[in-house]
Amino acid sequence: MDFLLINQGFPYLSTLVFLPLLGALLLLAMPGDNACRSWSLIVTVLTALISLPLFFLFDSSTHLYQFGEHRSWITAWNINYTLGVDGISLLLVLMTTLIMPLCVLGSWRYIQKRVKEFMFCLLLMETAMLGVFMALDIVLFYIFWEAMLIPMYLLIAVWGGPRKMYASIKFFLYTLAGSVMLLVAIIALFLTSEPQTFSIPMLMEQGFSTTFQIWVFLAFFLAFAIKVPMFPFHTWLPAAHVEAPTAGSVILASVLLKMGTYGFLRFCLPITPEATLIFMPYILWLSIIGILYGGFTALAQEDMKKLIAYSSVGHMGFVTLGIFVLNTQGVEGAILQMINHGITTGALFFCVGMLYERTHSRELALNAGVGRFMPLYVVFLGFFSLSSLAFPGTNSFVGELMILVGGFNHSILLAAFAIPGAVLAAAYMFRLLQRVIWGGTDNPSHHGLLDINVREIAVLAPLLLFVFWIGLSPAPFLEVMQVSVAHLLEQVGAANGGMTLSQLLLP
Amino acid sequence: MKVLLFLPELFMLLGILVLFNLSVARADGRQARTAALIFAFGTVLLSFFCLGQEGTIFFAAYQVDLFSQVIKLILSLGLSAVLIIGRNPKDIEDSIRPEYYLFLLGSTTGLMMLISSAELLTMFMALELSSFCLYLLVPMRDDRQGLRIQMEAAVKYVIFGVVASGVMLFGMSYLFAMSGSTHFSVMLPALVAMLDNPAVMVGVVMVMAGFFYKLAIFPFHFWVPDVYQGASNETTTFIASLPKIAAAAMLVKISTLATPGNSTLVSLLTVLALLSMFYGNLSALVQKDIKRMLGFSGIAHAGFILVGVLTFGEAGYAAALYYATGYVVMSLACFLVICNVSRDGENVRIDDLSGLHQRAPLLALILAVGMFALAGIPPFVGFMGKFMLLTNALSQGYLMLVILAAINTAIAIYYYLSVVRVAYTTEPESPAAIQLDGSTKILGIALILVIIALGVMPGQALDLAATAVRTLL
Repeated sequence: MDFLLINQGFPYLSTLVFLPLLGALLLLAMPGDNACRSWSLIVTVLTALISLPLFFLFDSSTHLYQFGEHRSWITAWNINYTLGVDGISLLLVLMTTLIMPLCVLGSWRYIQKRVKEFMFCLLLMETAMLGVFMALDIVLFYIFWEAMLIPMYLLIAVWGGPRKMYASIKFFLYTLAGSVMLLVAIIALFLTSEPQTFSIPMLMEQGFSTTFQIWVFLAFFLAFAIKVPMFPFHTWLPAAHVEAPTAGSVILASVLLKMGTYGFLRFCLPITPEATLIFMPYILWLSIIGILYGGFTALAQEDMKKLIAYSSVGHMGFVTLGIFVLNTQGVEGAILQMINHGITTGALFFCVGMLYERTHSRELALNAGVGRFMPLYVVFLGFFSLSSLAFPGTNSFVGELMILVGGFNHSILLAAFAIPGAVLAAAYMFRLLQRVIWGGTDNPSHHGLLDINVREIAVLAPLLLFVFWIGLSPAPFLEVMQVSVAHLLEQVGAANGGMTLSQLLLP
Repeated sequence: MKVLLFLPELFMLLGILVLFNLSVARADGRQARTAALIFAFGTVLLSFFCLGQEGTIFFAAYQVDLFSQVIKLILSLGLSAVLIIGRNPKDIEDSIRPEYYLFLLGSTTGLMMLISSAELLTMFMALELSSFCLYLLVPMRDDRQGLRIQMEAAVKYVIFGVVASGVMLFGMSYLFAMSGSTHFSVMLPALVAMLDNPAVMVGVVMVMAGFFYKLAIFPFHFWVPDVYQGASNETTTFIASLPKIAAAAMLVKISTLATPGNSTLVSLLTVLALLSMFYGNLSALVQKDIKRMLGFSGIAHAGFILVGVLTFGEAGYAAALYYATGYVVMSLACFLVICNVSRDGENVRIDDLSGLHQRAPLLALILAVGMFALAGIPPFVGFMGKFMLLTNALSQGYLMLVILAAINTAIAIYYYLSVVRVAYTTEPESPAAIQLDGSTKILGIALILVIIALGVMPGQALDLAATAVRTLL
């Protein structure tokens, strides 16, 4: 267990994972809808508060997994209950715990039927999502990874829009089909490792044969690329985003998509470094395609949620680009951008949801010119849109800049193709802003439209705070990941065998 | 105290006798049900009490060990669950209910004796006792539509059953010829020594065929959809659950005769497992009747159980038993919902489940858990079982089998999910709420808890299964 700093005191991680679950079970006994809402808010806020010490107690001078917990679980197969966070997962955990209370708050009025079941699903989601980011045993990881599908499916299928059946089944089938081979790869890793282990850090030190790495990499890649989603596997995302209720969209955009990129960082890079180097050029170009495709498609959307969904495809393309250029700026930028995308896109989905609650439409044409009636709302929308197009001073600027620097370090040609993605982002976000705030001469009547209330401000304000905090002073956020990223790159770089091959294949 | 070795079965036999008298005395369904429940619960207690018994009786034809006692406990628990689910078998005439329960207990007794049989003829007798009771249970359904589908089902069931028995007897003759004995303890060393002899292999496979039939493995599966559809919901509940675990246990027992296996046997079983999975899953995709769908899904699950058997190793056997136990619990959960949704015993189409979450939230939850568990989604037992089976198979190097089995998981999710979809996302056709009584609620929640507990803490269950399997080898 030399990779794990066992936590002697309060078991933060287990508490974080199981508190929402416990809350969900107690929720079943709550009478009345308002009690359910309040209780869920209490549970999620409490979880967020418990997660805060992680940031302050985190030792950013080591790449080891911290706050570790280790219990043996299924002894016959050496499966353990191992939790821990390092610089890569810490911020994702914190972002998840931060987003969840906002999801509860944002669904306060939006969800009117079957509130208890809705909150139950949200809390189950929180348990599963935190489990995914903390699990250091690959079976435990897989269980959380798959278990998440059920509440997410129900969130879309029960509380979704008109085409909820299509969207929810597509989401479920796509993600499940993707992770089927992941299971086979996990078993193969276990059987090939020496000694046989399911522990993720121990699997990183194995040095498998190149052929084996290629197969495992492909299995991992399929599962994670669908989750991200990378270009040819992205079709489930717009459908799911459009039909999901606001909180569902936010969770999808902010947390679920990050699991794919987190999977790349946690599994593909360190466990199969040689295969990573072999496939690197292809994935980089897929990312470029994703950036451009997402941007162009977003430019043509009339549905606000679809627009943001396609913009996610583009933004996540930047993240995978950053990860697979395999240099410090790229990977650090990618991790930061994962957080940024979670904050900004989450906030944008909240914004769309708030507008939808008032006008009952997500069409740009029907929502044109609300700026006159909802001044406060468009202030928030404006800032989040600026953040989404990576305007200097906002969080995404830092992330995207770092990724582009990493990209240019790697290959000028590649990065040159990513630049239009940034321009496209400005184009489609300004188009959205222009239409929603001012519109044209034929705006629909918006008389009687109320501006956002205190509750909705409370949902958006924390996210706006982080937009500027990370945008103006990213140092504390970058500090925590630096050592872990350096160690990760060392793990990849240690496998130099594939380097020449990848350089040959580079354009 | 030799009687302790036979106590659960003896108590069941007593129950059969009591029910026989009740049927002669023209008792009504309520009395018969009460008697059946008392004996089922009593058997649970006795099986638990006799868990640690070991020994042989009836001139070494009957062996009691941890393996048999654990399965007996599961069987008696399953019987109690079946009786609670079928507490009011709406499609069975009140006047023949004593007989109905009589044969239900009879079939379970047969299965319990099957597990303990240490000799080929005992095994055959026990198997037939259990089968013949089932042959009689299937046609005991009201002929509501005048189509006599229950008769068709029963005839198919009998014909395929008799053919399977014939094949099995033929195989037994080979095994007897090669080893000179019908006792497993004598046969085991003799047969293992000449495993590569084709006659032994053919014999083992033919004996297995009898259990392939019970477990519904391709190509002995033809009866499944029609019997599931034709028999009353409560009878199908029984057919779909208890015989499966007994058959899985016996398959394990028979395959110990051929342990550590050889490549021909493994290839044959691999092909059968894959055909079962693909056939079952692909056919289930297009079903409208939920019992038919579960029948086809049962064929696919039988294929998975075979994956554990064909590893010919202790861990694989244990995983197969673990999976079969999990399967029994999962299908009981699904059938509990079916029996309660069915208003007066008619078959339930998948569309009839529409809006179930509004008509009966608890039933919808049980159904969702059951379906997701059958689909193999964690944290339920279906996932852990599949994971263990695939790990064992891959550790033996059967990569292609594992990949194809994994692909099957992806195929299967569609039809399980569409049931959940109907239950959760559609509006109810008839707003009538479904009333549940206390025992059904308790059983339903207990089934959910067992499905989760077996999935989250498989350690003890697997250890127990491994210890039980070790007593065979």
